[in-house]
Formats: sequence, structure tokens, C-alpha cells
Amino acid sequence: MKYQVDDNGYYGAYGGAFIPEMLYPNVERLRKEYRNIIEDDGFRKEFQELLKEYVGRPTPLYFAKRLSEKYNTKIYLKREDLCHTGAHKINNTIGQILLAKRLGKKRIIAETGAGQHGVATATVCALMGIDCFVYMGEVDMERQAPNVARMKMLGAEVIPASSGSKTLKDATNEAIRDWINNPEDTHYIIGSVVGPHPYPDMVTQFQKVISEEMQQQLKEKEGIEDPNYIIACVGGGSNAAGAFYQYLENEAVTLVAVEAAGKGIDSGESAATSVLGSPGVIHGSKTLLMQTEDGQITEPYSISAGLDYPGVGPLHAHLRDSNRAKFLSATDAEAMEAGLQLCKLEGIIPAIETSHALAALDQMSFQHEDIIVINLSGRGDKDLDTYIHYFNL
Amino acid sequence: MNRIQQLFQQDKKLVSVYFTAGYPKLDDTIPILEALQESGVDLVEIGLPYSDPLADGPTIQASATQALKNGMTTELLFQQLELIREKIHIPLILMGYFNPILQFGVEKFCKRCEAIGIDGIILPDLPLEVYLNDFKELFEQYDLFNILLITPSTSTERIRMIDQHTKGFLYMVSSASTTGKQAAFGSSQREYFTRIDAMKLKHPKLVGFGIYDKNSFQAATEFANGAIVGSAYIKFLTENPIGETSSFVSKLR
Repeated sequence: MKYQVDDNGYYGAYGGAFIPEMLYPNVERLRKEYRNIIEDDGFRKEFQELLKEYVGRPTPLYFAKRLSEKYNTKIYLKREDLCHTGAHKINNTIGQILLAKRLGKKRIIAETGAGQHGVATATVCALMGIDCFVYMGEVDMERQAPNVARMKMLGAEVIPASSGSKTLKDATNEAIRDWINNPEDTHYIIGSVVGPHPYPDMVTQFQKVISEEMQQQLKEKEGIEDPNYIIACVGGGSNAAGAFYQYLENEAVTLVAVEAAGKGIDSGESAATSVLGSPGVIHGSKTLLMQTEDGQITEPYSISAGLDYPGVGPLHAHLRDSNRAKFLSATDAEAMEAGLQLCKLEGIIPAIETSHALAALDQMSFQHEDIIVINLSGRGDKDLDTYIHYFNL
Repeated sequence: MNRIQQLFQQDKKLVSVYFTAGYPKLDDTIPILEALQESGVDLVEIGLPYSDPLADGPTIQASATQALKNGMTTELLFQQLELIREKIHIPLILMGYFNPILQFGVEKFCKRCEAIGIDGIILPDLPLEVYLNDFKELFEQYDLFNILLITPSTSTERIRMIDQHTKGFLYMVSSASTTGKQAAFGSSQREYFTRIDAMKLKHPKLVGFGIYDKNSFQAATEFANGAIVGSAYIKFLTENPIGETSSFVSKLR
């Protein structure tokens, strides 16, 4: 099992728990208990029931006929955009809220960039009647105002992160600081496969339902479980981790991770960590991150707030180093055009994060009989403002 | 004998002061060290500014952001400190986060510390287990004391283990908080201080986080060997010239 987390919380050279002593008791308790809790029959039953009845799973594996014709191959879309709240993020928050209840926690904190994870967290907190505090960079609060309103409607308190660059990395810092100040009653729901061990694996375990369903649905539709390619966008990497998980050890399936190149890899305004990053420590985990020569974490850029993160999860750093996954990147312009193309060809408005995965189609070549699955991680309603301005609609 | 060990042979409540290198001005490092030594400070923690200081509250964060803007780097700090031992004889500790040191090169970092005469290091996000496996030998080779933290929620068993492996002293974090929260020390801190005192640990203890005046200093040091002041001094430096440092320090002890 080359791509599973090891007993020390590492994926190859990456992972671990680089946390201050103040967080040790909480993270250690999670490390000791998370596997037992999430593998417990009662937990699994409750988790699966909520995924079915509340989230709306399984999500369809939709054969995109016109898109397939355009690329002269067979393209399926895994419709995570049809999940309640509009993205795959809720798979993880459902899992973590059930876990938090079993840990006896009374207060939930979360970080959010685009607001999708914040909304998904606020949603499950409303569902369970637990207090919810979401940290969000001041800059992101402005560019994702509708999601701020959604969180407030759901009863969450949105706390502006005004330190540093006032975006996702700073919101994450603030959430970690909150946890240091409230270690007893609070659970921190991290939204991606990042952070100290066991978070990367825990979040992956809650997202792996994506590839479990994919296997079953491909079997029904194609008579085989394995596609030739799975394509997913990567910011921190939670939707990609979920879409890749069941196929990690199956090297016949090519895994394609698409990062945000922003205005271009060499433009100085990019979020393509696998190209621009180097090994270091960010948010409690050893992984690839964008940093200066002096080890200061730098500010990434992408038109998509959800990919605007200076690191990737340690699993993805390992997938890159081992060449298990192919890493591509799409610029703002390529992603926006690919998003618009999906609207026109299939009647689906994707999230701009997801549009990056779609843009990879133009960078690859396929055989006519290939089967490609693109993880359609989120819907584009939250991005209308950006689409409107970009295309002068 | 390392300067830190010598220091703890004295029978008095020690004052340790933290400041962020490169703040308020890039070249303030030496004047601040001189002012602190002249004011009778026993030990100084020189903060290496970091873009993402997880364990720090707003005051130290803001000073780090400004220091980086001013152009402070690990290499520059070492250059500023090159001849520091001609002037400063009190123990000097570097406090920072792990990533900048990892990028600088851990061994190269230790070497430079030894050459300059840095006595110890505090890296809040370098966990004990990683230190023991990967860096303990290296730090010891260069006589660099790695000072470890305990907190009110650290288990008794783990406190014993940390006491086993810390060097020089134990950094007792006063409460579950980031730096710079000024709340009066109440019954829960007193319970914690006496609980730790009763453990009769091998190492002396300095209390940090939330110390800013005579009252908090006295409360913190009743059962400890001294206390560390950080955010309060940064605030002082924001509002006062370095030359007035002695008026700040004299109000502590």
C-alpha cells in the first residue's frame, strides 16, 4: 500500500504533525480515536444515512455526450455539484460533525476560502444544533459575499481574518489560534486534506465515497470498474483525494491533478504548488508549499478562491514525487473558457475550481475508446459574479 | 557550561524578554539587546519573524509582519549578531518557527548559532518526537539548547518526558492561549503552577504568555524561577524609544 498514510502519519516524505505543544492533547486524541470512531458500525450507518437522505448521494455519474463528441472520447462527469450545498465539501463536514459529537465537543470552528467549506460546516452545525464559528479572510469575504450571507442565515458566526494577506491561509492560521485558545470544548473541522495528521487521512476517508460510487457506477455503465483517466482540480486537494482514493494502488488508472496557474506559472501570480512549491511545513504538515528562499510562506493567486492556497495536502505531494499522479495546471483564462464550454455543451454551470479540471481536456490527448472521469466538484452559482465580470455578461 | 545553565545557578526571579528581530526598525536588533542588558534583563529571546506564526497573538504577529516588510531574514539576523558577544554577555535564545530554519538548513543554522554564541532555541512547532528522531544529536553537537514547552493541558506523563528532554529550562505556557492575552492569573493558573511545582521536575521553569506587569510577574514566579515577557515589550517598543527600555523592565520585578 504505497499511497496510504503510514503509522506515523506520513505519505512518503510528507505529512506528520508539526503543531505547538498547546495543540498536542487535541490532535493526539484525534489520532488515537479517529479510526475506531469512523470504522464503528453505528457511525458508518449514521454517516451513510445522512449522505443518502440529506446530501443526496449517490451523485450521478453522468455521460457527457456532447463533450465526449468534441474530444472524440468517452467522458463521464461525477456530479458532486449536485450535493446539498453545491459541492463535495459536505461529505467531509457530515463525517466530522458526527465525529465531533462522539468526542463530546460543543463548539465547531472552521476556515474557509471560497466559502464552500464554511457553508458546508455551517449547514451541518445547524443540522446538529451546535455553535459554529467560521474564519474567513477579509479579502475573501468581499469576493464571496453571497456565501458569507448563506453562513449567517445558517446561524454561523463569520469571523474576519485580518492578519497577513487576509485570505485562506490566514483564515486557517486564525482557526488554529482559536483552537489553541479553546482546546477543551472545540473541534476544528478542517476543510481539505491538509493540516496535521490525522486530518489529511481523516478528510480523505470522508471523501473516498466519491471513488467508491465511481467504481460501482462504471461497472453498471461500462462493465468495468477502471476508467483510463480520473481528472480533478487541486487546491488543498480534498475532491481529488476522494476521486482518486479507490484507484491509488491501481496504476492502470492515470490520475490527473489540475492546479491553478493563475495568470501563468511564471507570472508571479499563480497557485501551482507542484511546480512553484518546495518541501516545507505549513499548517502543521510537511508538504509542498510556495515559499521564499527564507522560508516565508508566499501568497498564491488564482481567479478561483478555492484553489488560492499556497500548499497541497501531503498525499498529493507524495503522488507528485512518486509520479503516481500527473500534475497539470490551467490558467484563469483556460479555466474560464472551459467552464463556459461546459455550460454551452452540457447545460451545467461548474464552479471555477472545477473548470480548472475541465481545462485539462485541451492539454491531453485521448483514444476514442478511453474512459475519462472528471470530478465535477462543485456548481458555479457562487461564481456568477466572477463569470459576469469576466465575460461581460 | 552553557550560559543558560550558569544563569539558573543564581537565586533570584529571572526576567526574560522577547523581541522580534527587525522591529520596529530593521537595524534595531543590537540597540535593543544593549538596552535590555543594561536594564538588568537576565535572558533574551530574539524572535525570528515568520509569515505564519500560529502560536502568536495579534501583537507579535503584527511585529513579525512589519519586520519581514522591513527586510529581516535569517541570514541578515545572523549577520547583525556576528559580533554580538563583544557586547552582550547574558544568555541569548532564538525563538522562531520551524519552516524558516528548515529552509536555511538545520545544520547550517546550528553552526551559525554556535559561531555567534547563541545558547538556545525555542521552536514551538517542532514537535518533541520529530526533535528526538531527527535533530537532537545535531543540536547537542553545536551546544544549542532546545527549550521545550509545557501547557496546562499537557499530561503528567508527557510533562515528565518533556522534562527529560528539554535543555536548560522548561518553558511553562501559563494558560491555553496564544501570546499576548492579558487576563489576570486566576485560580486555575494557581492550581496549574502548584501542580507543576509539586512534581519536583529536574529543570527550572520560566513562565510565559500573559505576563506584562509587576502583578502578573509575581503571580507567575511564585512557583517558578522567572517569567518571560513578550507582547507587552513589543507594545512598549511600538510606543516608546528603545532608550527607555529600563523604565519598562524596572516595572516588572
